[in-house]
Amino acid sequence: MFTYYLNLAVKSIRRNMGLSSLMVLAIALGIGACMTTVTVNYMMSSNPIPHKSDQLFYVQLDNWGPHFPFNDENEPPNQVTWRDANNLMQHRQFKQVAMGTSGAVIESDNRELKPFMAGIRLTYTNFFSMFEPPFLYGGPWPSDADDNMEQVVVLSKKTNQQVFEGENSVGRSLTIGGNRFRVVGVLDDYEPIPRFYDVSTGAFQSPEDVFMPLTLKRPLELSSGGNNNCWKDPDGEGFEGYLMSECINYQFWVELNDIAEQKQYLSFLNAYVEEQKTLGRFPRPLNNRISAIMEWMEIQEVVADDAQIMMWLASLFLLVCLLNTVGLLLSKYATRTSDIALRRAIGATKQAIFSQYITESALIGILGGILGLALALAGIEAVKSMYGDFISEHVGMDLTIVGIAIVLSIVSSVLAGCYPAWKACSVPPATQLRNQ
Amino acid sequence: MLKMNNLCKSFRTELVETHALRNFTFSVDEGDFVSVTGPSGSGKTTFLNIAGLLENHTSGSYLLDGIDVKTLSDKQRSQLRNEKIGFIFQSFNLIPDLNLFDNVDVPLRYRGLSRAERHQRIEESLARVGLANRMKHLPSQLSGGQQQRVAIARALAGKPRFLLADEPTGNLDSQMAKSVMGLLQEINQQGTTIVMVTHDPELAMQTSRNVFVRDGQISEAETIMPLAAASNQ
Repeated sequence: MFTYYLNLAVKSIRRNMGLSSLMVLAIALGIGACMTTVTVNYMMSSNPIPHKSDQLFYVQLDNWGPHFPFNDENEPPNQVTWRDANNLMQHRQFKQVAMGTSGAVIESDNRELKPFMAGIRLTYTNFFSMFEPPFLYGGPWPSDADDNMEQVVVLSKKTNQQVFEGENSVGRSLTIGGNRFRVVGVLDDYEPIPRFYDVSTGAFQSPEDVFMPLTLKRPLELSSGGNNNCWKDPDGEGFEGYLMSECINYQFWVELNDIAEQKQYLSFLNAYVEEQKTLGRFPRPLNNRISAIMEWMEIQEVVADDAQIMMWLASLFLLVCLLNTVGLLLSKYATRTSDIALRRAIGATKQAIFSQYITESALIGILGGILGLALALAGIEAVKSMYGDFISEHVGMDLTIVGIAIVLSIVSSVLAGCYPAWKACSVPPATQLRNQ
Repeated sequence: MLKMNNLCKSFRTELVETHALRNFTFSVDEGDFVSVTGPSGSGKTTFLNIAGLLENHTSGSYLLDGIDVKTLSDKQRSQLRNEKIGFIFQSFNLIPDLNLFDNVDVPLRYRGLSRAERHQRIEESLARVGLANRMKHLPSQLSGGQQQRVAIARALAGKPRFLLADEPTGNLDSQMAKSVMGLLQEINQQGTTIVMVTHDPELAMQTSRNVFVRDGQISEAETIMPLAAASNQ
């Protein structure tokens, strides 16, 4: 019977082209607005490393001042100090990684290539095994390179293209910030969305051009990038004074496989802070925290508030569009009472009439969904121009979004069609036939 | 096959209660061709609607093929209408955007017949009313008489036990009315029971039995003697 109902729906839509077009347009506008904002939210809130997202935890230690918390919610600071990053990394029983950012000029041995400024991720070799960026050539530096402060780098694919024209550069050297570095690996395309491992300067930045051991920061006096926050001035002078200050500038992650490990790690953190308290640090009550990736993304409000507000407004708009569709369907079906009465008289059950009209609603929904997708694409372009480069490279439609749009439009139109279809199948045939 | 006993039907509004049928006792046997006549508002159409299971009666009993229809659910009534009853309406009630084939197909769809059987039945019934060569035409491309023939074909396609006709010639000129009446007589002679509501005494004369309804009751005194019955006497 479904094909029969579908055939009737097509005929009905053709017969009332004006009214049907209005309904398709109403649903399309609602779906278009809704899917535009859903797409933005979906991309912003996507899980960047789903198979490990419940094993990777962001670490927060509350080293803030005694008189005021880091923020109004008394959250621990969102980064750690150099001293804590280094101290914690000494404990090898846990798989941890500290990281920060820097920047320096890259000079190629190829004299034809102009020097250029590159973003640097200072980290440990654990970064690669924990976050699993794909390698095009070579691999991570060995763990003793961290300890020995070896001048080794992993390049992004783009940087390798720029400096070595995309060739396998493993074993070759380049100059970064006036120091020679040996290439040990080249990453393949790597664009986690959001860039979860460091959201302190924005969650939708691209990964850095160069990765090198964090332990090189002190001997090479590499500059500090990213966000710096201090609750008091450094006690010492110069680069070393800054490093040993209570200023937070480093991100810290740990990989924990189960709840027992999480508890054990939190106890370890608490013990560490208690120990630091004896040295006159950490004046605030214990407030250490570990957060799984998606939890951390939520705490950091990776999905912008205005994007969420827009999504709710768009959902309300869809609701208004659906209410309009209900009205239009009611007026459309009101003109079909003689057809309904006849069908009831010659044997159609209420269920059959209901199914016929719901099929028509669903078909209108599908057409609205398809048009809505086109509108959503236009809407996404508008959002991109509104947000600028911030998200423009990352927000786009994928099959999931298309699927959601179609399902949402069908579900919406079927819901919108329920009341009119119920009204239609409740037409008393005798009364209607008598009125003719 | 149709037995109504002391059947009553009343319509109630906030202000007034109208008795459309009062103690209506009536039966139709297999193979009958009964005409129901009476003035406007006498209850003819209400009777037809109750007989066709389109409305429920208020009190009394109505047995269709021995089944007490009062006990049936809406779904069972729909199925019974589909399988046992054929309807012919004054205004033909064809679906304008379906061609003749698809119009006749409508009741068969709800019966769940196979495609092959539906096709066979549609072709047979359209051939029976002389419209086999116009299957792909839309109703608007036909005359009134032809449209009524399509409605008859639609009723016949379901092979009903009885036909209910509500003023089947009411919208036709005399020539077409005669033709449609001839067709109904032919169908009746082939064994289908027919109950026909009409204003026209001449048509009533051509049936095998007449019932005159006034004020929701059968008025024996005003019953028309059909020609067939008269010739038998």
